[in-house]
Amino acid sequence: MNEKPTSFWQKLFGDSTRAFGVVSVIFLASMAIAPAKNFFSEWRHYQHGYLRMIRNRSEANTLQRHFTGGIQQVWLPELGVVDRCTSCHVGLKEASLTDVATQPYRKHPAIPHNLDQFGCTICHRGQGAATTVAEAHSSTLAWEQPILPAKYIESSCGQCHRGPLLGTPQLNQGRNLLSRQGCVHCHMVKLADGSTMKATDDPPSLSHIADKTSREWIYAWLKDPQGYASTSTMPNFKLSDGDARDISAFLIANSTPLPGDSAIVSAKASADPAAGASLYGESFCASCHAVQNAVGNMVGGDVGPELTRVGTKVKPEWLQAWVRNPRVYDPATGMPHYRFNDAQVATLAGFLRDKTDSDFLSNVHLDLATPDQIAHGKRLVSDYGCASCHEIAGIKKPENFAPELSRIGSKPTTQLIFLPGMQHTLPDYVAGKIKNPRAFSPGLKMPQYTFTAQQIDALTTALLSMNERSNTLPPSLAVPGKTDTDYQPAGKAGKLMNDLACFSCHRINGHGGDMAPDLTWEGSSVQRAWLAEFLKNPGTLRPSLIRRMPRLNLTDSEVNELTDYIMTVYQTPNVDRDSLPLSGYSQGQVELGRQLFYGKYSCQGCHIVDTKTDKGYIGPTLTHVGSRLSAAWIFEWMKNPQSLRPGTVEPNRAMSDEDARALTAFLMSQKGGEKSSSVRASGNKPHTEEVAKR
Amino acid sequence: MKAQVTLLLGFALLGTTGCSHKDESAALKPTAFGSAIVESSGGKQLAQTGSLLPQSVVVQVNNDQGTADPGALVEFAAAPGVNLDPASALTDSSGQATTNVSLGGMAGRYEIAASTLDKSHKRVELKLEEIALGYQQTLGRRLNDQYCDRCHNSESTAERVSNYDNLEVKPHPFSEGDTLNKISDADLAAIITNGGPALQKSALMPAWGNTLSKSDVQALVAYIRAVSDPPSRNSGLSYIDTGH
Repeated sequence: MNEKPTSFWQKLFGDSTRAFGVVSVIFLASMAIAPAKNFFSEWRHYQHGYLRMIRNRSEANTLQRHFTGGIQQVWLPELGVVDRCTSCHVGLKEASLTDVATQPYRKHPAIPHNLDQFGCTICHRGQGAATTVAEAHSSTLAWEQPILPAKYIESSCGQCHRGPLLGTPQLNQGRNLLSRQGCVHCHMVKLADGSTMKATDDPPSLSHIADKTSREWIYAWLKDPQGYASTSTMPNFKLSDGDARDISAFLIANSTPLPGDSAIVSAKASADPAAGASLYGESFCASCHAVQNAVGNMVGGDVGPELTRVGTKVKPEWLQAWVRNPRVYDPATGMPHYRFNDAQVATLAGFLRDKTDSDFLSNVHLDLATPDQIAHGKRLVSDYGCASCHEIAGIKKPENFAPELSRIGSKPTTQLIFLPGMQHTLPDYVAGKIKNPRAFSPGLKMPQYTFTAQQIDALTTALLSMNERSNTLPPSLAVPGKTDTDYQPAGKAGKLMNDLACFSCHRINGHGGDMAPDLTWEGSSVQRAWLAEFLKNPGTLRPSLIRRMPRLNLTDSEVNELTDYIMTVYQTPNVDRDSLPLSGYSQGQVELGRQLFYGKYSCQGCHIVDTKTDKGYIGPTLTHVGSRLSAAWIFEWMKNPQSLRPGTVEPNRAMSDEDARALTAFLMSQKGGEKSSSVRASGNKPHTEEVAKR
Repeated sequence: MKAQVTLLLGFALLGTTGCSHKDESAALKPTAFGSAIVESSGGKQLAQTGSLLPQSVVVQVNNDQGTADPGALVEFAAAPGVNLDPASALTDSSGQATTNVSLGGMAGRYEIAASTLDKSHKRVELKLEEIALGYQQTLGRRLNDQYCDRCHNSESTAERVSNYDNLEVKPHPFSEGDTLNKISDADLAAIITNGGPALQKSALMPAWGNTLSKSDVQALVAYIRAVSDPPSRNSGLSYIDTGH
């Protein structure tokens, strides 16, 4: 056996010297594997590429000086960040590399954060410690988080920034949608500050729905909410005909009458459409409610429900009762109690009653409901969680009806079931689920929403921002947002303000809407006589706005009550009303102020003092400002408008006391007089009826 | 061993057939051939990086007579990173083809090429430009909406009545690249910060230096550069399709 020279092995290991030599070579070669791997590593390849690239640039020396070879790392123990991305992304901080398109050498675009303090993966996700492209960017067996697609990048801002930021419109929109579309009725969202996200859509109570509408309408609405109103936030539950029939049967059978709900006024509903349209316009109903016009555009706001087909929906007697005082049917409604007289109620209700669509209910024929159908309807109402959003007598609001979303942005992909053909990433899953929830399983209860692609991206962005990091962030790093207070005005005036729904539009002490000016310091700002007159008969202050203060038909005693309260309570300590007089300024002061107004500060670009010459159309008209505002307020405003009303568009000119005093004198001399009527009738007012949204 | 080889072969085959299915345009058979392709709508839009353009891009194919040509195949192309949905389409009854565009992850200009074949199978092409805004430009855009747009944009919308016509000295719309590109970044920032008189311009342009922060002003300059037409030197990179 040994005689047969098995030549190859024999040659190598024939005698001990040879064997030693060969083993040494193998040993040396294997020793070289690690250095070789290191030498041929991806990051070294990219660093060589970078050096080749900068060699031909004019600022090569500077770039060369900034360059450090080897693995680079940003280590932030507090945030759990170990990011080696800069080993390949070498030029991230080089200001001169903006013209480089090839990655990984581009300069990082300008952001408000320093890369050394934040690292990369906090915003971009991915595996920071990895040193190969595939491991750093993609999800691997050991690492779930791939690089976040650019369109969701704002979600990363939302991990620390709890409130809206000017530079993150998509995140802000997504967060608003979560509240506004009522997602959080069913899905609990605990915010990192310990509070729970609240819905802002205010779905109506269904306990007295038979007073308001017919079973046929409920049926048609359930089948296709957007068929009734394209702007409706009610989702489509894709109910079968039978299920819609039974739910409508239950809701009507379950409804109890509410006293005062069908108290029809004695006057016959007026059939004068012109009078109705003008009362609708004067009352600025369009500030909150939209109506689809003949060309299909929505005209009006989205605070209240769309009224295009309201006559098909509500019963005439309910409509009259609602217009008379909406608070009888819904004590918490955001709609003001307008104090219309009987004739006005009849006119407006008649006008709205005629907004019908005969097609909507034409194919709905329901037989009398049987007890079985009603019982089945009740079961369906419980099953679908209708009471999560709507108050329904006899049905308890379900708790934790849908999965909690507080940490959805860190949900492991191994726990997700993807649709065929879908990319296996969390963002794709979230977006897909919002787009078409029932595609994931026909038995799911989540209804179909009518979001645009852009809204889906925004919602996904907001959801991805709620993750482990946002929930476990050291408090020192979190940037809290402004939270709404639950401020309530006191006493009789407070009751009146709630009845008039002032807070639907105005904000006071951090509570309320943002459609109209913040009134927190209104008492320091205006003169009492002007305020009383304005409440009685609101005129146009800002000609370019299409949303205006409506006339609420207040009595004299109500006006006095409100005026007294506002003048006494809503005062800022920074304005001493008595420090400057309302009149009696010297002619020289007034003239100096006039020169500053038209010259140095060119205020006429935005404001009108003389209706014959000035055209400025952005700020309030100032023809009557001397009888509207207090002199001390104007003086302080000139010096720093944002200190009195944060966020106001008026630029802070940092005026000297002399300039501010002269301008105050000039403005206080503008008391209106004969010019007044010409402003109001100047035709500058864009007619809300003609103004189409979008 | 043999079984393994056949298995491997089988996978390879599967792989190749799978790939050929990817090409959607193969399924679309044009029934008409136009002679020109024109923009209907959707050019020069702004969107954040990586995001969907607010409006679809719509192009129209016309025939020799200049009338719309239904049934022509339009292929859309753009730089890698841009998502076109769909990437090719047949023109509808009014001769139009529509695609939804998501821009790439880098700020800058993206060229969308729409092309169709004419009767002699020559490619007729239309190029549209879209603008992707990074963080800084997006911030600038919001500041523009809040503070600048009412005067600098002459067009009125339902929600925003323009003040442009009311001004004695007309402000420059920010797209007016011919004028604005000649002003340096520093000078633009100076005008915004200190007002028109800082550079011997109208006092109707107020000073914003006490209202806006330095980084706000820089963001506004970045936005003005991003939207200028023709593009400024500082408009950012242009991304064009290099695939074909």
